[in-house]
Formats: sequence, structure tokens, C-alpha cells
Amino acid sequence: MQIVIAGCGTVGGTLTEQLSREGHDITVIDSNAKNLERVVNLYDVMGVVGNAASSQVQKEAGIEDAALMIAVTTSDELNLLCCLIAKKVGHCRTVARVRNYTYNDDVEFIKAEMGLSMIINPAQSTALELSRLLKYPSAIKVDTFAKGKVELLQSKIMRGSPLCDGLIREILLKLHVDVLICAVERGGEVYIPDGNFILKEGDVIFIVGAPEKANDFFRKIGMNMNQIRCAMIVGGGETPYYLAKQLLSMKIDVTIIERDKKRCNELSELLPKALIICGDGTGKDLLQSEGLDYTQAFVSWLNIDEENVMLSLFVRRQTQAKLITKIHRVAYKDIISSMDIGSVFYPQNVTADYISQYIRAMQNTAGSNIETLYHLIDDKVEAMEFHIHKQSTVVGVPLMELRLKKNVLICVIKRGKRVITPGGQDMIKIGDRVVVVTTNEGFSDITDILE
Amino acid sequence: MNYSIIRYILCRVLAFEGTFLLVPAFVALCYGEADGFIYLGLAIVCFAIGGVGRKTKPKKTNFFAKEGFVSVSLSWIILSLVGALPFFFTGAIPNYLDALFESVSGFSTTGATVLTDVEVLSRCNLFWRSFTHWMGGMGVLVLMAAILPLAGSHNIHLMKAESAGPSVGKLVPKVGQTARILYGIYTGMTVFLILLLLLSGMHIFDAVAIGVGTAGTGGFGLLNSSAASYSVASQIIMTIFMLLFGINFNVYFKFFAGKTKEALFHEEMRYFLIIVLAAIGLITWNTWGYFDDFVTTIQQVSFQVASIITTAGYSTTDYGLWPSFSQGILFVLMLIGACAGSTSGGIKVSRIIIMLKMIKNEVSYLIHPERVRQIRMERHILPKEVWRGVQVFLLAYLAIYLLSFLIISLDGFDFTTNFSAVAACLNNVGPGLGKVGPSGNFSIYGSLSKCVLIFDMLAGRLEIFPILVLLAPYTWKKGR
Repeated sequence: MQIVIAGCGTVGGTLTEQLSREGHDITVIDSNAKNLERVVNLYDVMGVVGNAASSQVQKEAGIEDAALMIAVTTSDELNLLCCLIAKKVGHCRTVARVRNYTYNDDVEFIKAEMGLSMIINPAQSTALELSRLLKYPSAIKVDTFAKGKVELLQSKIMRGSPLCDGLIREILLKLHVDVLICAVERGGEVYIPDGNFILKEGDVIFIVGAPEKANDFFRKIGMNMNQIRCAMIVGGGETPYYLAKQLLSMKIDVTIIERDKKRCNELSELLPKALIICGDGTGKDLLQSEGLDYTQAFVSWLNIDEENVMLSLFVRRQTQAKLITKIHRVAYKDIISSMDIGSVFYPQNVTADYISQYIRAMQNTAGSNIETLYHLIDDKVEAMEFHIHKQSTVVGVPLMELRLKKNVLICVIKRGKRVITPGGQDMIKIGDRVVVVTTNEGFSDITDILE
Repeated sequence: MNYSIIRYILCRVLAFEGTFLLVPAFVALCYGEADGFIYLGLAIVCFAIGGVGRKTKPKKTNFFAKEGFVSVSLSWIILSLVGALPFFFTGAIPNYLDALFESVSGFSTTGATVLTDVEVLSRCNLFWRSFTHWMGGMGVLVLMAAILPLAGSHNIHLMKAESAGPSVGKLVPKVGQTARILYGIYTGMTVFLILLLLLSGMHIFDAVAIGVGTAGTGGFGLLNSSAASYSVASQIIMTIFMLLFGINFNVYFKFFAGKTKEALFHEEMRYFLIIVLAAIGLITWNTWGYFDDFVTTIQQVSFQVASIITTAGYSTTDYGLWPSFSQGILFVLMLIGACAGSTSGGIKVSRIIIMLKMIKNEVSYLIHPERVRQIRMERHILPKEVWRGVQVFLLAYLAIYLLSFLIISLDGFDFTTNFSAVAACLNNVGPGLGKVGPSGNFSIYGSLSKCVLIFDMLAGRLEIFPILVLLAPYTWKKGR
């Protein structure tokens, strides 16, 4: 697909990388020639220097043939203008990033009036994901399929867990749980486990199932499933604001610690129920006097990566609270992942993931029928959801008789309201939604799972 | 919240109270009174509970403002609850609520009593009553901070919660050292006072009991006539020392540190003395003819004025018989109270000064809306937080005052009695006007009113907010 991306900052860069790897033809527009050159050199894409809102520049970037315009420059208004012009010049769909919260109430109006396909507020979507994560204190990461009816949870096996050192088949039977362990990461290696796989301490497991079943599973393996009642957020940026709003609506007490007095005043206006503390969130005494030792969730969301890491390391030492750390620089992922700082969030990835999900849905109408797709473990594993519309070779055949490719696992079949963890006798029917996990790349149809 | 350290502090407070209970036991020994065994027994129980609590060290040593407030208020409640037991067990006050009223009145240095006849009390009970004034005057936790490395460097939170005044500072870098200096001055002055009272011809028991009571600006008398039957010399000594204990202790510290000039120019002290002199002058003029001669008038008036403004509450004459203008002045003095950082109660002179300066500021803002101006106190610019603290204190004070007044009005006494009863308790004065004046007492009120007044006395002594912190559901929320 032909895609034009306006702006190549962190999000633009990440998007360019992801989409070009998925085989799309990308043209990037940016007014900063140096930044543009860096991106063009790194990935197999074209670059155009200039103001992305100018119709000339857009034409030069080939907007007339493009299927999609993604505007992720630093300015909200420029993004909207870009999309408006692209819509008029070419005949493409448009996606704009709008960050300013004052436009929040107008999102639907703007979308309708300007004919935009999607407006994304990165802070808001990140906050949504964070709040979902806080709902499951034991999970590292939570993704959803089938509009939230099926969840994909990531969790780490701790010492003494009943999962340790046993065959998966026997453990799941013994625990009477209806979930599926669909992938295991051990020391950088990825396994798609079968029933004879043996789990070890320190493994990161991926579980697929209905939310209540997943809940049940966590409780049975002795992990804390009580919903948290209070959370502490250090840093008072946009994401913490949306997160606090989400959490407060879930009846969770929120403490926000922010350095800037002005921002504190703003936050206290926006969030009258939250406890806003003006002070240095990296100060040990301040944190403790505000009840660090008793909090159940802690979010390090400052602007400097190093501070977040230090803070989280300290907090991990003090409490067993659910811990979330924000990191900007993806480059040091390896080092970061070896540290015990809870769930690590890369905000630019969240935005990029959202947009690429939309693109997949677009492709879906044009051939591929993947509904949702997640990249797991540094893109080594893909988890995807297919909607079965028509008769094919996989439909109506018991799963045990299908000749699946290696490292492909059918995790969940959702039929009507039922969520089925499939066995060998089950079969896929028309109208089902099927979640498949694989280490292979480039699937676009359910039939691709066959040899 | 760190419950374990609060428990630990409370246990230490109990052990401390045990030590204090030994003093009346000793008095009983001197006078051969059987009541002493009850004091001894209670002391042993306190030691036992306190000792057990001390054995188990707190799990965490986190100690912040919240823990400070909560442990101070709880400590005061426990002190009062335990302090009431001797009165109850010795049968001096058969009703526990009455005993509690007496004990809270003692610790909060109020001096309001529910007893009609105090002369029937045993010596050790009488002494315990007065002695609670002395402990409450400077604060028990401050004393603990002086002696024990209680909560490490976080002791300042205890001191802030317990000490009186709009802003509590340290005299020297270390809290423990500050507390030791304060208690040093306090004890020294008390001993000096007792010696002077002895010299003036007072009996030794009376001298000690009145001495500690005056030091704490309490007001429990040993005789039904309060201080009227003591010699003129004793009364003059009491007058002077009540005023001295009503002055900010920083003044004495500066004085002993050789900064005589700074001490003499202490702003709050000067305003305090001006108010005292003005009140004496006005009342003397107004009561002209009530006493035999000029000297007696001055002496009697200054005793009452000193007693009321420092919120001690001793009396040598029934000022309920004075003209209403004089009574009005005394009522205003009750509200004002003495200096911050002293042993007295009330709103405190410094808050009144700040309030007046704020009013002046506001008027000036109305005339020059863009004017930038700071409020100065003791030659320092006053931070905005202190302004706010003073404003909110006055509001909370007013709210509690009115609410208490409404509740105790249910008992059906006249307006003057009710209105002054709340003032007398909330400001830790003791006697009010009307039926609770120097010749009356608080036994007339019912149980509900007594509970309200008990609350007022504690709230007044701790300057309202620690008690409110204790009552706020927010304090007890999990995870905060």
C-alpha cells in the first residue's frame, strides 16, 4: 500500500520502520532535512523535504496515488490541515495525531466534518493501555482481541510458582483452568509450547483466554488478582492525566507527584479527586511521606529515562507494588529488559501499534482478513485474529486433521458469545473469530496456517 | 500509614505516664495516704504495657507529618484516659466521664473542674491534678523528644504537632537539643517559682502544687477559694510568673544566649505586654470603688488579668461581680490568650497580630489593587503558608466554637454561661462567666455537653488541627 507519513519524529520514525518492514511503500515528509535523511538512510523509504501542509509538497510525495496519509508532526493544527489538504488533493484516507486535550470533546465533530478516518491521541491511548494493565496486577502486558472479549496476557513466572518444572499439559489439567499458554520467552529465545513443554522460573509466558478465565488462572497459580485500590504516579504529563482519569473512574485513589507548580494547579483543576503533590518525585522522603510503602501500584512517568529507571529500581526495593516504567529510548531495550523495573512502556510504540492496527484493518477490506495483530517479544512472535467469512480449507475440519505449519498455534475460537480453548476435536466454523499465534511472518489469511 | 511506629510511640508515652504517676505516689507516701497504692499500681501497669510495647521495635521507621499528627493526638487521648483512672479508682470522682473531664482539663492546662469541693480530695489526688498541668504545659512528646531518640530526625513532626503557635521552629539545629533547652528553661523557672512561693510563706505542698500548676498555666486550685486565701506576696509572685510563662520561650532562649537586645525587642512579647497593661489600666478605671484602695485594686486586677490572658484561670476574687465592661475585657483576653511558644492556650497573640496585619494589607489592596506587599513578623517576611494557616485556624476555631456552643445550649443554661463555657474550654482558661465563673464549676452540664467540652479542651490545647487530622477519614485511607 502507498502511504505518506508527515513528520518523522519518534512516532513517525517508529511507524516508518514498522510499516516499511511490513512491505508498504512509504514516503516521508518533514521540514527538517537532517532528520529526514536519517530516516531515509535507515529504512527503505522515500523522503520529501518541505511543509507537509502544502499541496505542492504533498503532490511531490505522491499523495494522488496514496491510500493513506498519516500526519504525526509536532503540531496538532498542522496535522489536521495536512489531512484536510490530502483529502482534497488525493483520494486517500487520513489519520491525524492530536495531542491537545482541549480538542478532546471535539474529536468526533472534527472527524466527521473534516472527513478524517482516525484521530489518535497518543497519551490517551497509552493511558488506556496502562489502566488495563493495572487491572491485572500480576500481568506485565495486556492486549485484547475480539473487542475485549479475549485477552492476551504476559506474565513472568516467579520462584515457587506451581507452574515451575512440570509438563504444561499436566499442570493445566491439575489446575482445572481453561486458558492456553501460547508462547514462552526464555533467555531471549521464543518457544511455541506444546503439552510436553516444561516451564521454568523466570520464563515469560503468554496466556490467551476470556478475561474471567484468565483471572481464574492467575488466582490459581497464586498470583495477586485483587484489583488495586490506590496508585501513585510520578510525573504529571498528559498520559498521567488520562491515566488518573481512567483510574479514578474505576474508584482507584490516585496520587500524582509533579515538580512544576503551574502544572500542579492545572491538574488539580482537571482532577479534583486526585491527590496532587507538588514536589520532586525522585525524592525518597517525599515519596515515603506520601505513602510509597503502602501504595499498590506505582508508575514512573517522568521525562528522563534515567530518572524513571532509578526511581523504579528504588521502588522495587521498597514495595511489592505493581510497577510501570516509561522508557523513551528503544535502543537500550536489551539492558532495560534485564532490569527488574516492572512493566516497561515505550509510548511511541503504543501510538505506532494503534496506527498499524488501523492499517491492517484497512488491508483487511482489501484482501487480507487479519482483524487485529500484535507483535510480541521484539516482533519475534505475532498474535493475530482472523474473522472467518467464507468457506475455505480450514473450515469444518477437526483441528487435529489440519496440517499446520510448524510453530503455529490456534489459541482461541470465539463463537457467538462463547470463548473456546480449542482441542483436537474442535473445528472452525464460518462466523468464528480465531486467534492464532505464530513465529512465522507475513500471514494474511487463515489458510496461511496450513503447510 | 506506619502503624507500628505509632504503636511504639504510644507505648513509650504510657511508660512515661507511669513514671509521672510515681510522683503522686511519693506524695501519698509523705502524707501517709492509702490512695498512693492506686497510683503505684497504675504506674506498674503502665510500665508493664509500655515495656512490652518497647520490646517489639517498629518494623519501619518512616515518620512523617501524618504520623506526627496522629501519634500526638492519640498520645494525648491515651494520657487523658489513663490520667483519669486514679480519680476514678480512688473514688474521688465516682463517674468516669467526670474523671476524664478533670484529667483532660488537667493535661490541656485548662483548669476547669467538675468538683464542687476540692478540699476533700486526698493530697495525692490534688497533686496529680496540678501535676498534669505541668506535663501538659510544655507537652509530653516534646519531653520525650528531649530525652529519647524517639523517631530520629523526624522528631520535628511530633514537636510541630504538639507545640503551640502559627509556625513552630527550632532554636538550635537538633530537635532533641531544642526540646532539652525548652524543658531546661521550663524546669528552671518552675523550681525558681516554687522557691519564691516558699519564701512568701506558702506551705510546702501548696507551693509545689501551685508552682507546677502556674508553670503550666493550668489553674486547678487546692482550695475552694482558688488562690484568694494566699498571702498578697504569694499572689504577686503568681501574677508575675503567670505572665512570664505566657511569654514565648524563644525570648528566654535569646536572653540566655546573650542576645538581650533581640529578646527585649521580641515583637509578640511587646504586643502581649501592651495588651496586659492596657487591660489592667481599663479594668482598674472601670472597677474603681470595688476594692478598698488603689494598691489593692491594681494588685487584684492584675492577678485576674494575668490569670485570664495566660489562660491559667486562678482567681483571687469573683470577677463575675465586676461591671460588664470589665467582664467583657476579660472575655476578649480569654480569646486572645498569650504568646505562641509558651504554655498558655487561646488563639495566641501572634495570630492576632498577623490577622490585624492581614486586615491592614487587604485595605491597602483595595486602595492600590496592584500593590505588592509582604507581611513581616519579628522582622522576617511571613511565608504565604503561614498566612493561610492563620486564616484557616481562625475559621476552624470559629466553626468549632459555634458548633460546641449550639450543642451545649441544649442543656438550657443562659447565653453567657454557655458562650463563656466554650470559650473557657476551647482556650484552656478554666473558669468562664456566669454559672461557670470563678465561683461556679462545670458539674452543672450533662454528659453530652461534657463530651463536647472535653473535645474542645483537647482541640484547644493541640490547636485544633491534630485532632481534626485524627478525625478525617482521609487519614485512615489505605495506601496513603
